[in-house]
Amino acid sequence: MTNLISYYPLLKQKKMTPSLQFDFRVDKKTNTVFIKRAFDAAQSLVWDAFTKQEILDQWWAPQPWKSKTKYMNFREGGRRFYAMVSPEGQAHWSVQEFKSISPKSNFKMLNTFADKDENRELPGSEWDLNFSEQNGITTVHISIYNESKERMDKMIEMGFKEGFTMTLNYLTELLGSIKN
Amino acid sequence: MKLRRDIFQAIADPTRRAILIMLTSQSMTAGAIAENFDASRPTISKHIQILNECDLLEAHQQGREIHYQLKIEKIKEIDNWLEQFRKIWESRFDQLDKLLPTLKTKKNDP
Repeated sequence: MTNLISYYPLLKQKKMTPSLQFDFRVDKKTNTVFIKRAFDAAQSLVWDAFTKQEILDQWWAPQPWKSKTKYMNFREGGRRFYAMVSPEGQAHWSVQEFKSISPKSNFKMLNTFADKDENRELPGSEWDLNFSEQNGITTVHISIYNESKERMDKMIEMGFKEGFTMTLNYLTELLGSIKN
Repeated sequence: MKLRRDIFQAIADPTRRAILIMLTSQSMTAGAIAENFDASRPTISKHIQILNECDLLEAHQQGREIHYQLKIEKIKEIDNWLEQFRKIWESRFDQLDKLLPTLKTKKNDP
């Protein structure tokens, strides 16, 4: 059966500089999303940006959404309970449960959608995040494995919802700048 | 009031997404599509009708049978839908790019 997303890697890649690479690939056969991104910063700094709630909340949500972390215990077996809040104030809650942590180089977590009382909606997706540094450039490899196709679809739909709001926001900004 | 149909409505439903994926490999009659689902034949017909109204399908009469085929150019719009998901990550990482230099400065401050 032809895979709708199999040609996805063929899409043009946005590259700011050759060193700051961004790869994004969806493999629907294995229900896995692969993401690779380089950052112009030391590994320990990028690690902090991914593992400290006060930093995460500053960049995790695509504008105009906001990331609000209720609490985060970054240790094995600990959780981050957070919401993506839409411009209208609608909150979509998620729970990340940290399965294993190798400081500064890798952590794995189970990500599930949840209600406002932290009741998780299983199944979730398994995240594996790898950090490595070369010549001051830190590369992060992320794989997101979904237990089911339905979960994968839901994740993409949620992403669409956020992305669509984001696009509308850019449009509003653009229209505003044309007016002035 | 006539409902406005668009591609996002078409793919909002898991059964319709499954039908679209099925039709990527071959053209099929409504009956052949319905055989793949537990849902009733009228339910599947309704989904096919919605996909048709969204202008995602082409219907070809072959004798007494109607074969449904995907409109490939329309499917490319679905790719734009997935592109939204990719944009999330781009936007997220661009925000982190902007944030990192300020974190660097903070870290160097005793």
